[in-house]
Amino acid sequence: MKYMLMIYNRPGFVESLTDEERKYVFGEVDSIMAQLTESGELVGGQALADPSNGRTVRLSGGQVAVTDGPYLEGKEQFVGYLAVDCESLDRAIEIAQSWPDIRLGGGMEVRAIMDDAGAEM
Amino acid sequence: MPAVEDLLREATPQVLGMLVQRHGQFDACEDAVQEALLAATVQWPVEGVPESPRAWLVTVANRRLIDAVRSEHSRRGREAAVAQAAPADALLAPAPEASAPPDDDTLKLLFLCCHPALSAPSQIALTLRAVGGLRTGEIAAAFLVPEATMAQRISRAKARIKATGAVFSLPPPEQRDDRLRAVLHVLYLIFNEGYTASSGTDVHRSDLTTEAIRLTRTLHRLLPGDGELTGLLALMLLTNAHRDARSGPGGVLIPLAEQDRSRWNRVEIDEGLRLVTDALTWSEPGPYQLQAAIAAVHADAPRADQTDWPQITALYRVLSVIAPNQMVTLNQAAAVAMVDGPAAGLDLLIPLEQDERMARHHRLAAVRAHLLEMAGNPAAALIAYREAARLTTSRPEQRYLEVQAARLAAKAFDSP
Repeated sequence: MKYMLMIYNRPGFVESLTDEERKYVFGEVDSIMAQLTESGELVGGQALADPSNGRTVRLSGGQVAVTDGPYLEGKEQFVGYLAVDCESLDRAIEIAQSWPDIRLGGGMEVRAIMDDAGAEM
Repeated sequence: MPAVEDLLREATPQVLGMLVQRHGQFDACEDAVQEALLAATVQWPVEGVPESPRAWLVTVANRRLIDAVRSEHSRRGREAAVAQAAPADALLAPAPEASAPPDDDTLKLLFLCCHPALSAPSQIALTLRAVGGLRTGEIAAAFLVPEATMAQRISRAKARIKATGAVFSLPPPEQRDDRLRAVLHVLYLIFNEGYTASSGTDVHRSDLTTEAIRLTRTLHRLLPGDGELTGLLALMLLTNAHRDARSGPGGVLIPLAEQDRSRWNRVEIDEGLRLVTDALTWSEPGPYQLQAAIAAVHADAPRADQTDWPQITALYRVLSVIAPNQMVTLNQAAAVAMVDGPAAGLDLLIPLEQDERMARHHRLAAVRAHLLEMAGNPAAALIAYREAARLTTSRPEQRYLEVQAARLAAKAFDSP
């Protein structure tokens, strides 16, 4: 079963970390990625650039409008994702729980990815 | 170049079997065979298919194996050991073409790849590569994961086999039955993966059904006296026969009752019927035979409303005794509703609804919706269809369920 683990955090939160903390966090990320690669569970994962570099596209008054920045002006932003192919939802949650952002005040949303296959009804 | 592909897939377990028989080291031999397959796909279309494809593959794989052993040794700085560890002459000796029956080798390979120490995804991947002769890229495409992910799964599976000390041999008689069940389960999973995908547009995935049927057929030729294996082959054929009828334009799922039965594959149905009918006369009925028998009853009905539901209900009853399982109960409930009415079917769902895991399963909600609609309760059916649509992670299923919900919602709106 494939899951998307979406990471939410305050943009620029890394800045608030000490050098040591930062090094530790990056080490943690590398080690989780290495584990997931080794276990054959990792499908993909990327960090996203700061939301201030983003654009939001949506219909406004019948016209497609493009605005700077993210759609939602929230404290937390979508900062990156992991895609995994693993045994169960429990395992996906376990992976999310180990992710450093959780400890550092962020959050993670675990969502099943839809499949194009379907059984006879 | 499908002819070359078929030839290669056919030859893979035989070539690998010969190599492992001679050198041990399943891990390294399997890599060498993959390289030989790759070389063949490049060279044969240009240079023509060699007179003895199998001997060609064995020779090339042998050579790759020596190269690998050599570079491994030099990497460890023990070049001198090469002569002893891998006498080149012996490795390069021409293949003993057709000397030993390669059939046993296929069987041994299947037992090894479906070793109980491996997880199901690993068993599947390794079986497809080592026995099926599929390339890692093809398997990755079929399971929609990056090639690197699949390659990692395969090498991990091989490392696991090595660690368990499993050898290339038939399991001892007292384990043989359990080990064969594990092989059948892997073949069943491969089939299912492909079949459920066949409504979509992904050819890589639906190719898995062909591969599963081919491997099961090979195994059936080796063990014609196994009733469950016969049943599994019959089940695959009877199921696959619906392939062209089970989805409409754009991959919309068409339920069994609404399928155009003239589009069912008669050849597959006839073979499946013959196999399961025959097996049931001499074998103790097992889950695959019973599921095949149920599929056979459906296949026998020229029209959906001519289905022999009492017979299907009876078969589900036997199945629920010998292999009780919640999915069986679910299907049984749908069948019972056709014989004794929807209320009787809904009664069977009650214990399932009390199970926490099952209560969140979209199929339970989908069956409940169907039975509630049959029972003349469209309002409750609508809620259940919506719930099922929310719970499923399959896009075609979700679409089907949403259409059902929309149909009932429109009706509710129309009626005064």
